[in-house]
Amino acid sequence: MSQNNATKMVPLPTDVIIPERDLGKQPVLDIRNLGIDFGGLTAVDGFTLTVGKTEIAGLIGPNGAGKTTIFNLLTNVYQPTRGSILLQGIDTKGMTTAQVNRMGIARTFQNIRLFGGMSVIDNVKVGLHNSIKCSALSSILHTPHYYKTEKAARARCLELLDFMGMADMAQYQAGSLPYGAQRRLEIVRALATKPAIILLDEPAAGMNPSETAELMDHIRRIRDEFEIAVMLIEHDMNLVMGVCEGIAVLNYGKIIAKGTPEQICNNPAVIEAYLGKKGAADHASEG
Amino acid sequence: MAFLSNFINGLSLGSIYAIIALGYTMVYGIAKMLNFAHGDVIMVGAYVSFVSIYSLGTPPILALLISMCVCTVLGVVIERLAYRPLRSAASLAVLITAIGVSYLLQNVALLIWTSNTKVFPSIVSFGSLHIGSLTITGETIVSIITCVVIMIGLTLFTTKAKTGKAMRAVSENRQAAELMGISVNKTISVTFAIGSALAAVAGVLYCSMYPVLVPTTGSIPGIKAFTAAVLGGIGSIPGTLVGGLLLGIIEIFSRAYISQDLSDAIVFAVLIIILLVKPNGLLGKKVTEKV
Amino acid sequence: MRLWKSKTSRQNIITLAAVIIVFSAVFFMNQGGMLSSSLSGQLVPICVYIIMALSLNLTVGILGELSLGHAGFMSIGAFSGVLAVTSLGQAIGNPLLLMIAAILIGGVLAAIFGFLIGIPVLRLRGDYLAIVTLAFGEIIKNVLNCLYVTIDPDGLHAAMFSGAKLPGKFIINGPQGATVPEKLSNFGIGFVLVIIVMLIIMNFVHSKEGRAIKAIRDNPIAAESVGLNITSYKMKAFVISAAMAGMAGVLFAMNYSAIEAKKFNFNTSISVLVMVVLGGMGSLRGSIVAAIVLTILPELLRGFDDYRMLIYAIVLILVMILNSNQRFLQFKITLKKKITAMFRKKEAAKK
Repeated sequence: MSQNNATKMVPLPTDVIIPERDLGKQPVLDIRNLGIDFGGLTAVDGFTLTVGKTEIAGLIGPNGAGKTTIFNLLTNVYQPTRGSILLQGIDTKGMTTAQVNRMGIARTFQNIRLFGGMSVIDNVKVGLHNSIKCSALSSILHTPHYYKTEKAARARCLELLDFMGMADMAQYQAGSLPYGAQRRLEIVRALATKPAIILLDEPAAGMNPSETAELMDHIRRIRDEFEIAVMLIEHDMNLVMGVCEGIAVLNYGKIIAKGTPEQICNNPAVIEAYLGKKGAADHASEG
Repeated sequence: MAFLSNFINGLSLGSIYAIIALGYTMVYGIAKMLNFAHGDVIMVGAYVSFVSIYSLGTPPILALLISMCVCTVLGVVIERLAYRPLRSAASLAVLITAIGVSYLLQNVALLIWTSNTKVFPSIVSFGSLHIGSLTITGETIVSIITCVVIMIGLTLFTTKAKTGKAMRAVSENRQAAELMGISVNKTISVTFAIGSALAAVAGVLYCSMYPVLVPTTGSIPGIKAFTAAVLGGIGSIPGTLVGGLLLGIIEIFSRAYISQDLSDAIVFAVLIIILLVKPNGLLGKKVTEKV
Repeated sequence: MRLWKSKTSRQNIITLAAVIIVFSAVFFMNQGGMLSSSLSGQLVPICVYIIMALSLNLTVGILGELSLGHAGFMSIGAFSGVLAVTSLGQAIGNPLLLMIAAILIGGVLAAIFGFLIGIPVLRLRGDYLAIVTLAFGEIIKNVLNCLYVTIDPDGLHAAMFSGAKLPGKFIINGPQGATVPEKLSNFGIGFVLVIIVMLIIMNFVHSKEGRAIKAIRDNPIAAESVGLNITSYKMKAFVISAAMAGMAGVLFAMNYSAIEAKKFNFNTSISVLVMVVLGGMGSLRGSIVAAIVLTILPELLRGFDDYRMLIYAIVLILVMILNSNQRFLQFKITLKKKITAMFRKKEAAKK
């Protein structure tokens, strides 16, 4: 299964791993041969991946492999040099980050980016922003319609916060929350934008084992209850192997392996990428 | 001939802008702040020289040295008292503080020297040069030569001297430089010292050319020099020279051929256009925020 | 963890009520001739600077971008207000209606300029944005200084640089400024305008638009990632802020017999900035109090004028340094707690 897809073109890559329940449905993301150069340096090249409608996909690889760059490409923070991204069948080329979000990609950030000066619930309300239908004039005049929409938004925010076990923190200032809660709040805020896929950039970073276990549960529930896809970057292998259905391994900006958790665990190229040649040989001799 | 004469005037005004712009560009590159008060240090430099020539009767060159010393101390003190406490504050807070310092200097100068216009004596003792019908004043020659000397000196300093290299390191990456044992605070102090000493030189040259000295003398040339720094590309010494000269020429030509009253507006329009079309300036580097 | 103030809307109502009570009291005292003439003369300028400070606070405190050309928008309002009053004076006989029309025209024109200037300015960030707003402020001042407008039965005539060839009577005469036909401003109009501006800004800040703007201030990258069009919200705040400065400009102009472009210079922009900073960035109540105090103070303290800008400068520096000093912030929080505790004790004792 593991192979370099750099030159492989589509219609559909043959090595797509999609959970059975998503077969026959349009994939949420269809990334073809994506690549970006930063001033001559190729950061990502030939990235081809398909993510099923309700798949939990993992993106792993050593530090500096280009994982976050992929997220930045998917959300159009960077415009790709090559290749295309089809989001629910629509090419996102040339869109702004905000437009891509409205089309269905929400994300969290490796270095948490909350609206630190605002309350927890207001952070979520900002996520709901585009689904609150209230004109600027109506807002300025505080018409009854404004109160109605605000009330509905508040109820929805509390619902979403409750989903991640944060409803009791609604009035706290976001910047003053403990680390783990900040990461969860970022997820709630992303979910509030009604995405078709949520990208989680190292969601378990800085969490203790019990928090991580809880997070794994949350990730599965996000997929089940919102019926959306999840794609995550993570260094915690317990989490990745525990929740992901398909995993892609990135090294030096290229995919070196794709497969189910079992396949990835036993893939010699992956072991080599993580441990180096000598380490891989030791690993093989040990096991 | 009028064209050539305007061109030379533009070059000499541009040289002064370039010298002032060096102060902006070094501070912006190293301390990552717009030192709004830099223009007013120019004014202080000019006043100090004025006082030492008139009241103390020193020769012009000694007056220049005195004002360089005073401005160096002033620059370092401003940095130490007003900007250092804000090293980790938001850029909005730093900018507002810098505006405060600018107003402080202007108003202290107003109290000491009043708002009466002082007629600044030229520090250039030799006369004009005549080539055919073209007249080049001594001030013009001195400012162009001074500018070139400063540019060469500063380029050598930042590439060869240890402190100069430290300045470049701090401007590239403050944390990394600190880990390498470079004292960031000391480096920033040195930057302010050099920038302010240059401001004194620029102040004396500027007032030799336009002998009107009031407490607000520094603010407009200050903003124009910042425009020059942006035009050339913040953080680049050759860029500063190019930006300064271009801006000086643009200003003199718009005064001569478009409108005396609107020349400031035209210079500001240049600033706006550059920031929109080429925000990193002619010779600047692109900086992006990491996501 | 600190409990976030969810009581903002209640606070706003208190502020609004306080302003209405104080202003009404002052209004009736003024009517009854109980105010000194110097204070009575300051009433309209107080309203003008409250509106200026509130509107600048929207840009600086809420949006988090430093605008140094706010006086430029004020001057656009002022000059277009004078033009409107002069040219509509015949058609609209009622002075109140004429003033309302002038305020609307001044506001709309300033908003249009705010929009046009916002297109380039709002693409920039931080220091660059600040310096470009300064540049625009200076450009507006310079251009108005070269503008000549006259009126005759055929209508308005305008020229740049020289008005020598223009027919009719001068309304705007280059560096000599504009002649105001009649003094239309009074405290009543200023009072109502302040209330309207307060309501608009409070409601705007408290709605989804305001949330979006604060989100953009706190973290633009995250704001974009949740689908906010950054430029569009920055523009909304900037245009509203410009429009209000324009209205303040009309109110200001109509309080005098003539206005000059050079009156709306960088110093004016900085004075308003000092009000915003001193009152607390983002605090509408603070802006109002600071605007009142800093407008009256020079009148109360004779000879203060020489030191006014010097003191402003020191205030700017000190407020900034103290507010970024952790120990001072901690001290402020403890002090607040102590004061509230003291009040509670007193109340308990009463009961």
